[in-house]
Amino acid sequence: MDLALRLEARTRTLGSAALISLPTSPARQSISLTVNGTPRTVLAFPMARLLDALREELGLTGTKEGCGEGECGSCSILLDGVLVNSCLVPVLQANGANIVTIEGLANDQRLHSLQQAFLECGAAQCGICTPGMILAAKYLLDKISQPTLEQIREGLSGNLCRCTGYLQIFEAIEKAARKEAAE
Amino acid sequence: MARSPEKKIVGTAVPRKEGRDKVTGAAQYVDDMRLPGMLHGATVRSKIARGRIKGISFDPAINWNEFVIATAKDIPGHNCISLILDDQPCLADGMINHPEEPILLLAHPDKHALAKAVEAVTIESDPLPAIFSIDESERKTEVIWGTDNIFKSLLIEKGNVGQVWAKADFIVEAEYHTGAQEQLYIENNGMVAAYDPSAGITVWGSLQCPYYVHKALMKLCGLPEEKVRVVQMETGGAFGGKEEYPSMIAGHAAILAMKSRRPVKIVYGRLEDMAATTKRHPSRTRHRSAVDKNGKILGGEIDLTIDGGAYATLSSVVLSRATIHAGGPYFWPCVRVRSKAVATSAPPHGAFRGFGAPQSLFAMERHMDRIAGVVGLLPDEIRRRNFLRPGQTTITEQEIREPIDLPKLLDKALVHSGYYEKKARFAQTNNSGSIRRGMGIASFLHGAGFTGSGERYLSSLVGIEGTADGNVRVLVSSAEFGQGTNTVLCQIAAEALRIPYESVSIAQPDTTVVPNSGPTVASRTAMVIGTLVRSAAIGLLQSLQVPDLLPENYTPEQFAEACHKHITQNGVLRSLARYESPEGIYWDDAKYKGEAYAAFAWAVYVADVSVDLSTYAAKVEDFVAVQEIGKMIHPILAKGQIIGGVAQGIGFALYEKVLWQNGRMLNGQMTNYIMPASCDLPPIHVIFEELGNRHGAYGAKGIGELPMDGPAPAIVNAVVDALGLPFDSIPLLPEDILEAWTSRSASRREPARSGAPR
Repeated sequence: MDLALRLEARTRTLGSAALISLPTSPARQSISLTVNGTPRTVLAFPMARLLDALREELGLTGTKEGCGEGECGSCSILLDGVLVNSCLVPVLQANGANIVTIEGLANDQRLHSLQQAFLECGAAQCGICTPGMILAAKYLLDKISQPTLEQIREGLSGNLCRCTGYLQIFEAIEKAARKEAAE
Repeated sequence: MARSPEKKIVGTAVPRKEGRDKVTGAAQYVDDMRLPGMLHGATVRSKIARGRIKGISFDPAINWNEFVIATAKDIPGHNCISLILDDQPCLADGMINHPEEPILLLAHPDKHALAKAVEAVTIESDPLPAIFSIDESERKTEVIWGTDNIFKSLLIEKGNVGQVWAKADFIVEAEYHTGAQEQLYIENNGMVAAYDPSAGITVWGSLQCPYYVHKALMKLCGLPEEKVRVVQMETGGAFGGKEEYPSMIAGHAAILAMKSRRPVKIVYGRLEDMAATTKRHPSRTRHRSAVDKNGKILGGEIDLTIDGGAYATLSSVVLSRATIHAGGPYFWPCVRVRSKAVATSAPPHGAFRGFGAPQSLFAMERHMDRIAGVVGLLPDEIRRRNFLRPGQTTITEQEIREPIDLPKLLDKALVHSGYYEKKARFAQTNNSGSIRRGMGIASFLHGAGFTGSGERYLSSLVGIEGTADGNVRVLVSSAEFGQGTNTVLCQIAAEALRIPYESVSIAQPDTTVVPNSGPTVASRTAMVIGTLVRSAAIGLLQSLQVPDLLPENYTPEQFAEACHKHITQNGVLRSLARYESPEGIYWDDAKYKGEAYAAFAWAVYVADVSVDLSTYAAKVEDFVAVQEIGKMIHPILAKGQIIGGVAQGIGFALYEKVLWQNGRMLNGQMTNYIMPASCDLPPIHVIFEELGNRHGAYGAKGIGELPMDGPAPAIVNAVVDALGLPFDSIPLLPEDILEAWTSRSASRREPARSGAPR
């Protein structure tokens, strides 16, 4: 499982970066995707970044840009269940895809267990890495319901945080995992 | 959910005020803002370090009619970023003084059209000789600032150092260096500006100090106070990096907005942010100390120089804090500290958590280990014998009146780190194998609030207002950027008013709404602003209790009712509190003597480090952080400050190296400027001691910067302990260890390089 995670983390940057070199089309295209359970259509240049389509076309500004080169993980989202850096994904690649952003985690007023745990453990300080961090954590817990500390460290290795020094984030993920197990 | 008012609020883990918005993605940062008709702005910068601008040309392949173009000639007021000396232009006009200096601004409705346009502007210039190091600046190979390249020099003189050398059993001398460090907040800098001829200019942005930006914009735009409005958006990390540079970006956005009469957004990309904005000042510190055979420091000379970059900006005050912290938490019977901030042709260095103290304390704490080696004592013992005690004076002759107990902090750190047991074990295991282990200690202090008379000049004003629904709102210009300002100040207000935490909110910093409570810097918020919030809260209570709207003992419901009544009768319920210097605080700015800070936080950190002799990488295996912070207002936030600071300190010590080429940062990407990631952090054990502080709300001192000071020397001391080789420069990268290890026969063990016994 660990190896699989690691490989996927690597594809997360390399795979999509490779796609950037596809020939660009000058015309905007209609791209259909499901975002947080709702079918949406955007008119965008096919090689536009999925990050920009989400933020600018769909108004989902919870997904953040930190570096624009796939290093910091602030723009992490789930694309067909896989964690990706949306700054490296051309919107064309998301045609027909199912996307989950931070806005899709809370159920009405009820926070997702990870959001609640982040809040309780002090895992969000300035908050800019938080949406990506929570999605990386969700991806990890979807794969491994009770991760070890080492698995958590590895699961978050594509997400940088400058405020917390990570330890309270690890605590939050452990807490959310325990809570999920208890329920 | 409402807390009963009898229950303490200060000292408990209440929910972070803006936490819910942060975990749901609802929090609004500057790049999340969109205004109708908004343009995007970009900056054309110098590619050379120094020279004269001859002309500007525009590639005809671009349709420039689509762009708004602004240069220094479009600045309505003075072309400067008003801060201390006003020597930095907002847009270079004639002279270029550093790489990446802003020269011309562009705006366009499509942000994707800008990158190409920036590249299509050519700045023609005649290069002039430039300066790229402290040494060159001192030698005045070229005078690039003032008459001598010196922004500021300071002198602290305590006792007669001249007489001490004859009494010394040992004289220990060495030189220490620290490198530039990028703040690397994950949210890049950004601003939105909008102009309306009748209302004036408004900017929204990622920033720490709303009134710094306000002051700079008045001068730049030639507008009166009431026609400049600054609003802080949710700010994605700052660490000092959004203290002074936001005034520059706000100025650029404002110039474009005034010229185009449309709102303009400027958000930097990572490369631009790293290359063009401030970093921690590189430093060089020389120590020469007289020590007796028992390891007591008799006196010494400290010579400290920081590289300020091309303009004065904040270097004089960074130098001040570096200088005052240069003697560490030790008693110096006599000492002379000479320090200066010098000009180089790099982008100006600026505020970064610790503000000079991490530099001078790195030198002090490495030097203590060096002294220990020369005298033949263990690192803990040399510190114990020199710790400041109540009644003694610091290097500025500030008498320690606080109940400090440094030996106790040291004992705790030794016990929690298993110091002696590990030292003994490593002494055995280090004889073989490729992994060497070492233990390192750093003991240090950090002053809270502005230095010397700074708080008196700031004269901060804080407000609290009641609302018609019976709640309370805190009005301060102190910004939240992750450290917990909102939460901590609301806790203090709720505790003082004896109402539930949930009944208190805090206004978004907006200069039309909040008074000037000064900048959000210098570990001053909990102590200085917290105290003022408490005073304002007490004033608010009096407004309700004197006219008999509220009894002596009251319930939250009665409080809400009284607020409502007061507002119905008088229209407004507001209480203000202004800073007054505590009695007995004396500071002489000319002699640099007296009470440098109202309070110091004290700490002892211990690092357990491994060095892998197959990769030469040093790794922190375990870390203990013991600190006395007066009073912990919020246990989880306080712990978060310490862990986060230690993480940045680990980066400062072992990973974060700015590569310079002719004054320009070469590795301005997260790919090649390496900060600690989730796999790099050791377990960090955080231990608080609380001895109170008569100057702080509920006894609080500042803790934001403290944890930045100790990790680097503790870690490097541990590497030295592991390998028996001296390392006196950070960052300490594997290639540095490789070089020292492979040439070790030449230098051998640490004491050999230090002064010989006399």
